[in-house]
Amino acid sequence: MHADPKGVLTGVHFLDGDHACCEGTLAAGARFAAGYPITPSTEVVERFASRIPTVGGIFIQMEDELAASIAIQGAVWAGAKAFTVTSGPGFSLMMEHIGLAAMTETPCVFVDVQRGGPSTGLPTLPGQADMMQARWGSHGDYGIIALCPNSPQECFDLTIQAFNLSEEFRVPVMMMMDECVGHMTEKVVIPEPDQIEITPRRYTKLPPEEYRPFEPREDLVPDMARTGEGYRFHITGLTHDERGYPNMSVETQDRLVRRLLAKLNPLANGRSLCETENLEDADVVVVSYGITSRVAQRAIQLARSRGIRAGKFRLITAWPFPAERIRELAGRVKAFVVPELNLGQMVLEVERAAAGQAKVIPVSHAGGTVHNPDTILNAIVEAAR
Amino acid sequence: MTPTTLEIPDGAQNPVEPFLRMDRMPHIWCPGCGIGTTVNCFTRALLDSKVNLDKVAIVSGIGCTGRVAGYARLDSFHTTHGRAIPFATGMKLANPELQVVVYSGDGDLFAIGGNHFIHAARRNMDLKVICVNNMTYAMTGGQSSSTTPAHVISATAPYGAFEPTFNLVALAEAAGASYVARWTTYHVKQLSRSMEEVLHKKGFCFIEVLSPCPTLYQRRNKMGDGLDAMKYYKQASKIRNGAPTGECTLSKSGEIVVGKFVDRDRPDYLELLRAQMTEALGERYVESEASCSC
Repeated sequence: MHADPKGVLTGVHFLDGDHACCEGTLAAGARFAAGYPITPSTEVVERFASRIPTVGGIFIQMEDELAASIAIQGAVWAGAKAFTVTSGPGFSLMMEHIGLAAMTETPCVFVDVQRGGPSTGLPTLPGQADMMQARWGSHGDYGIIALCPNSPQECFDLTIQAFNLSEEFRVPVMMMMDECVGHMTEKVVIPEPDQIEITPRRYTKLPPEEYRPFEPREDLVPDMARTGEGYRFHITGLTHDERGYPNMSVETQDRLVRRLLAKLNPLANGRSLCETENLEDADVVVVSYGITSRVAQRAIQLARSRGIRAGKFRLITAWPFPAERIRELAGRVKAFVVPELNLGQMVLEVERAAAGQAKVIPVSHAGGTVHNPDTILNAIVEAAR
Repeated sequence: MTPTTLEIPDGAQNPVEPFLRMDRMPHIWCPGCGIGTTVNCFTRALLDSKVNLDKVAIVSGIGCTGRVAGYARLDSFHTTHGRAIPFATGMKLANPELQVVVYSGDGDLFAIGGNHFIHAARRNMDLKVICVNNMTYAMTGGQSSSTTPAHVISATAPYGAFEPTFNLVALAEAAGASYVARWTTYHVKQLSRSMEEVLHKKGFCFIEVLSPCPTLYQRRNKMGDGLDAMKYYKQASKIRNGAPTGECTLSKSGEIVVGKFVDRDRPDYLELLRAQMTEALGERYVESEASCSC
């Protein structure tokens, strides 16, 4: 299905990442946003508030992030595509509702424009230290998808992907931006609506008397029903059976929670998004994402000019982590260098996947600015030795 | 004592059964609990109001009353603790055709969820909020809530509660609710009528229902069983429609002022939104569709 032309601002634009993300939500078909102001993410919903009255939809500024992150879920069950936007402390407040969305299989998008933490941290400066929180922040076992754009163009493109993936897998999808990507202004090309592929929500075709809200299809994802159409379905954050009814049995818990994770398996490797360069002959592979990947790009160029066979592996899908691809590379490279604006988060995944086959060298940074390319270069040089 | 058995004749049916998920019975509520009584009143209100039940959604938070959504044969949502109102807000705005009812307890709506209550009332969001007030956190074992009156013993106030309480009806009025009423589970006719009334009233409507918790609240305070609670409600209640809500504070064993206190017309959130956008944007304003084509 193609994008609804009403939301698509076709043309060549000069936009920052936050604004481009907003245009992505509109192109993806989002017609409901709830937000609460927080730097450096607010521009996304500010633009949505300005655009949506002439597109047709709702923006509401809620009283806090708890409210924003569940208002979107009410909107989804009423039939809308919906999202919220936040940063640092607000992302922490949203954790319970990320768990609710995972448990009730509510397709929705959470945009986190990362800033320095912990706590109030560095409100106006970049960080990438919410990566583990995005994956594990709510209690219990569940799966999510997280995407990491590194340019305003990708903020647009990946936001559409985020909505599409949320509909396909019925999981909350995190857009893991950072302050730099959110606030940098670059060329953004928005295509014609018929060039934008949209994944429609999969509603049940069964009559109400036959419909079971959590009966999975073969791909382990159940079909949805829309409120107000006579299905009289029940949705709960309690452990539930296929009818959606609470069920406290060990068997139901096991069946449900395992399915919540297993349904994402197709994404983990074959379909994970990444950008690679020079992996064929690489001795050292730099694994990076978001703004750090642009600094890493420079470091890789410098290394190549010195005759070091450096390759690039940019994570676009951070979660599910593409472990098999890293494992395969680990068998034939000397080392991975993993720069990130945190004290070591995704590097733990690289280590796990490499499983001792190759060295894994973190290049940590507490946040507040980006790396100096020389720091990453030095790590590459060291690794190549 | 010989046990009493009740023979249910073949074909007999409680008139509220079509509104309940009978495949989920028996429910979890204790003998003497008032929540079931309020559900009975609610189903009768739905029946009498002749609203299209396919368009009614019910949203609950967490707690004993939070289980109501799960028993109602409607599109029903059992959300997180305290957050039924913002979930309902999103639902209502994404599809204004829906009649969205929030059904939850005092702990859920006024302690953890208090912020959402006042803001939804301020916005005059078109939601019907029913609060079953048993003055305790019953699901977790009878701890103090923001409505537990002074001197009451609770699991977390073993020497007696002493914090000032919220007067829910005054709070609702002050925050901007269009409709405010209070009844007890003794006043089944009046409660049913109030519930029916709000199903036809636009804007933020609030009904508080005092309801007994014999298992925890009453047992700990030697206040007898469910029947004793009914006797107390009957004896202590005074119907004063239109009473100033500030005079309707509740206490452990004092007078209970019940009635409809507020019934006023204020433009609701969507009316205000439409008016402002039309003023600012004129014909460029595109009203939100009932729900998107996605």
